[in-house]
Amino acid sequence: MSTLSLALRDSNTMLRRNLLHARRYPSLTLNLLLTPIMLLLLFVYIFGDVMSTGIGGTDRSDYVAYIVPGILMMTIGGTVIGTAVSVATDMNEGIIARFRTMAIHRGSVIVGHVVGSVLQCVASVVLVGAVGVAIGFRSTDATPLEWLAAFGLLVLFSLALTWIAVGMGMASPNAEAASNSAQPLILLPLISSAFIPAGTMPGWFRPIAEYQPFTPAIETLRGLLLGTGIGNNWWIAILWCVALAALGHRWSKASFNRDPK
Amino acid sequence: MTTTTPHSPAIAAEGLRKAYGDKVVLDGVDLTVPTGTVFSLLGPNGAGKTTAVKILSTLVTADAGTLRVGGHDLAADPQSVRAAIGVTGQFSAVDGLITGEENMLLMADLHHLSRSEGRRVTAELLERFDLVEAAKKPASTYSGGMKRRLDIAMTLVGSPRIIFLDEPTTGLDPRSRHTMWQIIRELVADGVTVFLTTQYLDEADELADRIAVLNNGKIVAEGTAEELKRLVPGGHVRLRFSDPDAYQSAATALREVTRDDEALALQIPSGGSQRELRSILDWLDATGVEADELTVHTPDLDDVFFALTGGTDIPQQTKENVR
Repeated sequence: MSTLSLALRDSNTMLRRNLLHARRYPSLTLNLLLTPIMLLLLFVYIFGDVMSTGIGGTDRSDYVAYIVPGILMMTIGGTVIGTAVSVATDMNEGIIARFRTMAIHRGSVIVGHVVGSVLQCVASVVLVGAVGVAIGFRSTDATPLEWLAAFGLLVLFSLALTWIAVGMGMASPNAEAASNSAQPLILLPLISSAFIPAGTMPGWFRPIAEYQPFTPAIETLRGLLLGTGIGNNWWIAILWCVALAALGHRWSKASFNRDPK
Repeated sequence: MTTTTPHSPAIAAEGLRKAYGDKVVLDGVDLTVPTGTVFSLLGPNGAGKTTAVKILSTLVTADAGTLRVGGHDLAADPQSVRAAIGVTGQFSAVDGLITGEENMLLMADLHHLSRSEGRRVTAELLERFDLVEAAKKPASTYSGGMKRRLDIAMTLVGSPRIIFLDEPTTGLDPRSRHTMWQIIRELVADGVTVFLTTQYLDEADELADRIAVLNNGKIVAEGTAEELKRLVPGGHVRLRFSDPDAYQSAATALREVTRDDEALALQIPSGGSQRELRSILDWLDATGVEADELTVHTPDLDDVFFALTGGTDIPQQTKENVR
């Protein structure tokens, strides 16, 4: 068997194992969806009118349109916390030691986690997106090509955050530590343009909101789905994704190749 | 694919060294395990047994040493070594979140067996290890003995020719322990080479062709169980009394004996031969000693173990008191 087909076959086996875990114990993933959904409902139904005025809209539906792209990105951040936790848990299991002593493709354990996590992110985005649609979110002028680009962006962003989360999971001694170190991934959207435009924030804070990965990704998604201006956000978002994925990849690989205790 | 010939050893280590920081765990270990035999690495907790298994099974890299497993160099070609071995570690290496059957099928997939072959091997091994009833339950709900059986069954999916078993019976009840011994004997009957670590002397005595005693990172003795037993004096005749007065007078009469005042027992050094025994009995009759119980003790591996790893010469007392 060639190296590539071996790699594909083993990675596929590991992916099926991870999806089996996710299917058998869905509570971890589902719990992580509560935060974005609750924030969505809170901001729309409780703060909606004020928020709408703040962004220059006329009623609550304007704010639904504004917030949903941000919430979708936040959903990805929340889902990968689960990834960090399950990777850290997995690494402490004896089964991983067994995998290391088997003649399998070495990277398949990580690849299985990464692909599984991206698939879970997509499923989570679809679920939260459905909630968004249910409370009135509509894409106003997206062409099929823009839909495709939006989907591609969501997958790319999921991949980038997944790699970082896998790195965090690998480097953490246990599940609690992994959960703690991954918290910024769901907190960063709060200080991005997800809930209010960066331009309305205090001057000193604006750079923090603007120069972080969530804001360009959210602005790009918003532009694709709602036709707002994208500007140079699309390539900044892609750059962030590539950089985060590369960093997470190196980090995970180095952690995995280190001798276990 | 494998370059093993019947003559080359299954496992060969020369000058194996490993240190974690300042702590030297293995300090120049040499081992040779001929193909098709059971080799037991015996030692107290912390002697370095698990580290030796981790290194030989490619889990951890050695600091120094020439190591060959299944005819392949560990440093140069770990992947070929992995293809030849199976490992059951001290801590259960099963996926607790999925069922026993799913664990087995996972192994079949990772050994690249076809779907039907994977199902066949899984069914066969579940049956052989008495796990059919529990097959559809999550492995996390298994008892210690069942987990260990599943663990070994998973190791056997790829039909490895060399198997590492790191303390396979630690924490098992006596029945599970004997089941495990039976499993190991069956493996050996199939021609598999077994590298077994244990802290139980009877286990090594029962199963191993050759035994090496590891203490503080060094092999302090190696040989068959019989050879090791010959290394230490420990054979004696033990006289037990129920009456303290009889014990006292006997102890005074037989001066050259070891006393065990608590148990009211006397030990007379003896190799246990008929001639020696007769002369002891004659001596007892001559001094008028009448013991309530007389037993002949030949040295067992416990004596060897304490003598080689304890650094003291009071193995008997220690052992008797423990029991």
